[in-house]
Amino acid sequence: MTKTILTVDDSPSIRQMVAATLRRGGYTVVEAVDGVDALARAGSHDDVALVLTDQNMPNMDGLTLTRNLRADERYARTPILMLTTESSAEMKASGKAAGLTGWMVKPFDPKTLLAVIAKVLN
Amino acid sequence: MSEFLGIFVEEAREHLQEMEAMLLALRIDTVTTDDLNKIFRAAHSIKGGSATFGLNSVTELAHVLESLLDRLRDRRLALTTEMVDALLRSTDLLGEQISEHEGRGTVDARVVEELCERIRRLTESPASAASPIAPSTSTPKPAKPLGIEGVAFGFFDDAEATPASLATPPLPPSPSSIAVAESVSEPGLLPTEPRSNGPAPVTSAAAVAAHESSSIRVGVEKVDQIINLVGELVITQAMLAQCVDSAGTQRLEKLKAGLDQLDRNTRALQEAAMAIRMMPISAVFNRFPRVVRDVAARLGKEVDLKLVGEGTELDKGLIERIVDPLTHLVRNSLDHGLEAPAERIACGKPVKGTITLRASHQGGNIVIEVSDDGRGLSRERILAKARERGIAVADNPSDGEVWALIFEAGFSTADKVTDVSGRGVGMDVVRSNIHSLGGRVEIHSEAGLGTRMTVRLPLTLAILDGMSVSCGGETFIVPLTFIVESLRPSPESIRTVGSQGRVLQIRGKYLPMVTLHELLGMSAPAVGDAGVPEEGILIVIDTEEMRMALLVDALLGQHQVVIKSLETNYRKVPGISGATIMGDGRVALILDAAGLGRLAASQRRERELAELASAFPGATASPTSPALLTHRPRAQPELALS
Repeated sequence: MTKTILTVDDSPSIRQMVAATLRRGGYTVVEAVDGVDALARAGSHDDVALVLTDQNMPNMDGLTLTRNLRADERYARTPILMLTTESSAEMKASGKAAGLTGWMVKPFDPKTLLAVIAKVLN
Repeated sequence: MSEFLGIFVEEAREHLQEMEAMLLALRIDTVTTDDLNKIFRAAHSIKGGSATFGLNSVTELAHVLESLLDRLRDRRLALTTEMVDALLRSTDLLGEQISEHEGRGTVDARVVEELCERIRRLTESPASAASPIAPSTSTPKPAKPLGIEGVAFGFFDDAEATPASLATPPLPPSPSSIAVAESVSEPGLLPTEPRSNGPAPVTSAAAVAAHESSSIRVGVEKVDQIINLVGELVITQAMLAQCVDSAGTQRLEKLKAGLDQLDRNTRALQEAAMAIRMMPISAVFNRFPRVVRDVAARLGKEVDLKLVGEGTELDKGLIERIVDPLTHLVRNSLDHGLEAPAERIACGKPVKGTITLRASHQGGNIVIEVSDDGRGLSRERILAKARERGIAVADNPSDGEVWALIFEAGFSTADKVTDVSGRGVGMDVVRSNIHSLGGRVEIHSEAGLGTRMTVRLPLTLAILDGMSVSCGGETFIVPLTFIVESLRPSPESIRTVGSQGRVLQIRGKYLPMVTLHELLGMSAPAVGDAGVPEEGILIVIDTEEMRMALLVDALLGQHQVVIKSLETNYRKVPGISGATIMGDGRVALILDAAGLGRLAASQRRERELAELASAFPGATASPTSPALLTHRPRAQPELALS
């Protein structure tokens, strides 16, 4: 069975590109447009193997989403990766505190994205 | 990836529009964190997307912009007008950069660098220190393009948040905490240099072509409606098919009912399909707050812009082509219409002038008004200027005729050429642009009270309201927008005036009269020929230059016709703007009023030359061209009158 990845981004172009990349990589993809949407979708899917989220989004940002997901025991150990434009120490500290598994800087290479995900999901 | 680039471009333009609108609406003293957050997010999204799709120049500017906005929303900096100006300028440049990536236009890198520098200075301005609002202790983010020299990805391990090593691949795959990055030894997986990972800037012809076949966003309900109607159509079709199968006289009644229903459905479907191309005029109006702000600032005038009827819908094709003429009218109002503040005070008017853009539907037309409460047009100045420029002016011209002079080529009442309106593009271009869209423009003006320019356009470029007329056995369509009136002339209302040829006397005025078949060089005889125009119908039409009476055999009726381009299917024909297919399957040509006017003028000149030539060998008594007499009058049994 293919693994399901929840990808969260408010930008349709990036979200669709990520989703297309993941589908080409053989994953099932669930798309969400912001943190709130992602929480709702995470709640209705039991089989999310990994969450890929943007940070800056309306309604709920990526770090808040991460904290919320970690509070749900189903998602306590699910890998959560953040796609971000920022890789400052500040951001890493808050990312770690929120419970992120890892981060990846935009722009990213689709192949690298798939490789990173494959590693995480092993 | 390129498929997503298109989506990104559209998305980025929306963000830019949104940013611009928000920036224009900002009030420096009452700005809210929420506003700033929204603007920040728009800039941030553009940065993220452009980085992902490799539009590096865009990323750089967006990044500088984002840094400033970040400090603004954190209240580490206080917003100033200068910042708003710089931010607005950035939205322009970002738009240009995106166009550049699509292969349209070029952006001067120095201009971008200057602006980046300006924004950086603003970001680090002393105002930040003086800012009364709690300065955050966190250090400002470095203004370097991120993710370019940094590591592309990493995982958090328990000890500290460090970027993962790119070299070592020990792999304890406990997903929740420690994981390790990609191994160098895996070929093709490593980000060598993230910058090179994005696609090359797209400048290929294919990308340009892709842009030209532009997309349109449509409300779901419009599409649903069409799907419903297609369903109805299928049902009706099935019903008719059944009727035909079990044919019999008693079925005829049902067949008739089915055909009626089919007719209704087809019409509704056509309307629904047209509605898909309809967009609210706000797509055009939204650019004007910015235009007005910029131009007013440059002219030192204070202006309020009012937009009315932004929801009025018109064809997307028209939307794109009405922008320039409207911009010109608005600039014109700002420059010539509205007085400078001092002058307004002297006249007892409020210091702030008002320009109103108003759109509405009237019948099958969309009407767009640009009005101002300025000084109004000056008869004396316009007349003086017309004389100076050698533009022909009627004796005792009415106000309307005087105002129309400003649409003449080479006319400009500006005392000096200004940066704003004196760009070599005059109101004559505005008028011919509007005419080319099948529209008209009118002026109303009152001294001291203001000026109102009214543009009337058909709702769509694909369908036209026309009067079908017959002439020499052919059917022609005259666009309704050009028709002033139609009448059956009395013998005494037609005069022959020297070299002018025949004229129609109507309410004390004389209009040149031309016969359509003559104008188009048709050989077939027609009624209303040389001797007896009163057998035909005269249609008074407004051409670009003048009003004239067009003689045709008969009026047939009023129709909506679907316009087919003659140029793509055949070639350009003077006096004809296109063709349509009538209900009986025959092709009818659509007349072009402006073209007919030009044809008439050139034929008149030829006739005058011919007369001159014939005057010397000696003497025909008739002042009219002999050619006219070769057409035989023909009785027309039935004449439809509107």
